[in-house]
Amino acid sequence: MTAIACKDLCKTFTQGEQTITGLDRVSINVAPGEFVCLSGPSGSGKTTLLNAMGGLDSPDSGEIRVGDRRVDQLDKSERADMRLHNIGFVFQAYNLIPVLTARENIEFVMHVQGVPASERRDKSSAILEEVGLSGLGDRLPAQLSGGQQQRVAVARAIVSNPTLVLADEPTANLDSHSAEQLMELFVALNRERGITFVIATHDVRVMAYCRRLIRMVDGRIVADETQPGIG
Amino acid sequence: MADGYAPTMRVLAVLAWRNLWRNYRRTLIMLAAIVVGVWAMILFSAMMRGMLDEMVAGGLRVLPGEAQIHHSGYRDDPSVANSMDAPAGALRNTLDSPPIQAWTSRVKVPGMVVSERDSRGVVLLGVEPEGEIALGFQPDKIVEGRFLESAEDDGLVIGRKLAERLETDLGKRVVIMSQDPDNEVAERGVRVVGVYTARLQGTEETYAYIGRQVLQDLLGIGDQVSEVAITAGDYLQVNQWLPAVAEAAGPELETLPWTRLDGYLDSMLRVQGNMNVVFMVVIFLALSFGLVNTLVMAVFERVREIGLMMSLGMRPRWIMYQVLLESLILLTLGLLVGNILALVTILPLESGIDISVVAEGMEMAGMGTTLYPALAVADMLMSTVVVIVLGLLASLLPAWRASRLDPVRAMART
Repeated sequence: MTAIACKDLCKTFTQGEQTITGLDRVSINVAPGEFVCLSGPSGSGKTTLLNAMGGLDSPDSGEIRVGDRRVDQLDKSERADMRLHNIGFVFQAYNLIPVLTARENIEFVMHVQGVPASERRDKSSAILEEVGLSGLGDRLPAQLSGGQQQRVAVARAIVSNPTLVLADEPTANLDSHSAEQLMELFVALNRERGITFVIATHDVRVMAYCRRLIRMVDGRIVADETQPGIG
Repeated sequence: MADGYAPTMRVLAVLAWRNLWRNYRRTLIMLAAIVVGVWAMILFSAMMRGMLDEMVAGGLRVLPGEAQIHHSGYRDDPSVANSMDAPAGALRNTLDSPPIQAWTSRVKVPGMVVSERDSRGVVLLGVEPEGEIALGFQPDKIVEGRFLESAEDDGLVIGRKLAERLETDLGKRVVIMSQDPDNEVAERGVRVVGVYTARLQGTEETYAYIGRQVLQDLLGIGDQVSEVAITAGDYLQVNQWLPAVAEAAGPELETLPWTRLDGYLDSMLRVQGNMNVVFMVVIFLALSFGLVNTLVMAVFERVREIGLMMSLGMRPRWIMYQVLLESLILLTLGLLVGNILALVTILPLESGIDISVVAEGMEMAGMGTTLYPALAVADMLMSTVVVIVLGLLASLLPAWRASRLDPVRAMART
């Protein structure tokens, strides 16, 4: 049983007359409950791999399975449904809808899922407390700090109990303290809820929290190792 | 739909409303344009409807009535040979009952009026004065002398233009001539007792009024008449009561509404209705460019946000609905304010607008010197339909483009 299975993923981009390799025969398996870090320099393909795993982008060839579903064979709407019900996303920046309050941002996904109002309210209150933002639910994103905004994004990503959270450079815009708090929150959620985390980063502070570290260069996996002493 | 349709629509409505006010200046400018457009549509329709009402009412006063009964051959050959019996029995009972407000029977035959100077072909109208007045003949149009006093009145009332042509005048004697049922010339001398004016010169030259009984005696037709003219007050409702009258009149008589009697008036009404729709569409087409621009800009400014929503699992069609909702809210607000503005500005004008400056031109179209704008619910509904349908159609392109965004590229947009 795997949370994600990628097999021979290839993806190229065209920039002017130049062809750039995004993914070059990438194959990995991530087991349920794993805490995985995709690392590597800029342009190494970690965001491309993350987008392909989440069905945000299609590979040119290869297979992707999330749970027992072939993501690469789904159409746009089916991939949207898969993200809605199975995957939580946390991005580097511009994570929140600016005209919705923190609570409304958290409830947004539940709205689309059709969760009843009372249940939405209960869940959003509980998750706000869990991520340490009780009392800030009525604030708009612009009224929150960068760290608080990322916590709201994490709250939104996990409020519907997804099996998988994909995070792309989640600490890039955060100071050391906020980054540390966010990673501790990720680790706690991984331990307590068994949520699988795949985090793309080149931040060594983030890598220090990951049990499994996958290193990418030029669209290829060059190392896949388990860090001793973590977890 | 697997997921919650209603909750999603609710959150989309919240998003659409708040997004509209992110750039409130742009929204207010677009809103003002829609308000003015809606107001102009309704104002124009009310003016045109008022003008048309006046023209039709004027036409029906000349016709007269909203329906007429004739001998079945009268319209092809309006001679005395095609006369009919005066209403009696069931027909008379029907004509004396609501919703009929007034009716009159007339003798209407082609004839001639001969003065000592000239002669003119006219239509001789043998009338009963009370009935004519009830059907719309306005006594204040008598500019010299008087109108007829009874069906036995042997005076002649002619139009001012006819008096000029005949070079005759009030108090002078003229000879009226027509053909009796035996095709013999029937003639007698009468005195001009009144001169009337009409909106159209043609009316003044054509119709000469005399007591009905006098004309019946001249033609030797007993109490037979040429036509029965009927009014129930509202020309638009004629088809509701006409079948009962036609049934009472019987198949040997022809009972026709004004739309059949005066095809010009009817076609004018139809053309005007279509003109209103065309005008509304033209106004809104011009507005729609602004609307599309507003939505395109709104989408362009929120590309990353739309990418985010798609990344979170929002289906493309929901993105499209969100943009359409923004447009719908803007259009609805514009309609609401535009309709209120139209009510506030048009209702006080319903007592009449003085258009005497252009009266001569308007008279040619059968209008008076006062225009009475007529605000109709149908016109307000029509403008609503035009604005909503065309507005949403114009919004489809930006909405569709938003739904086709690629989430990865949208979120990477700086």
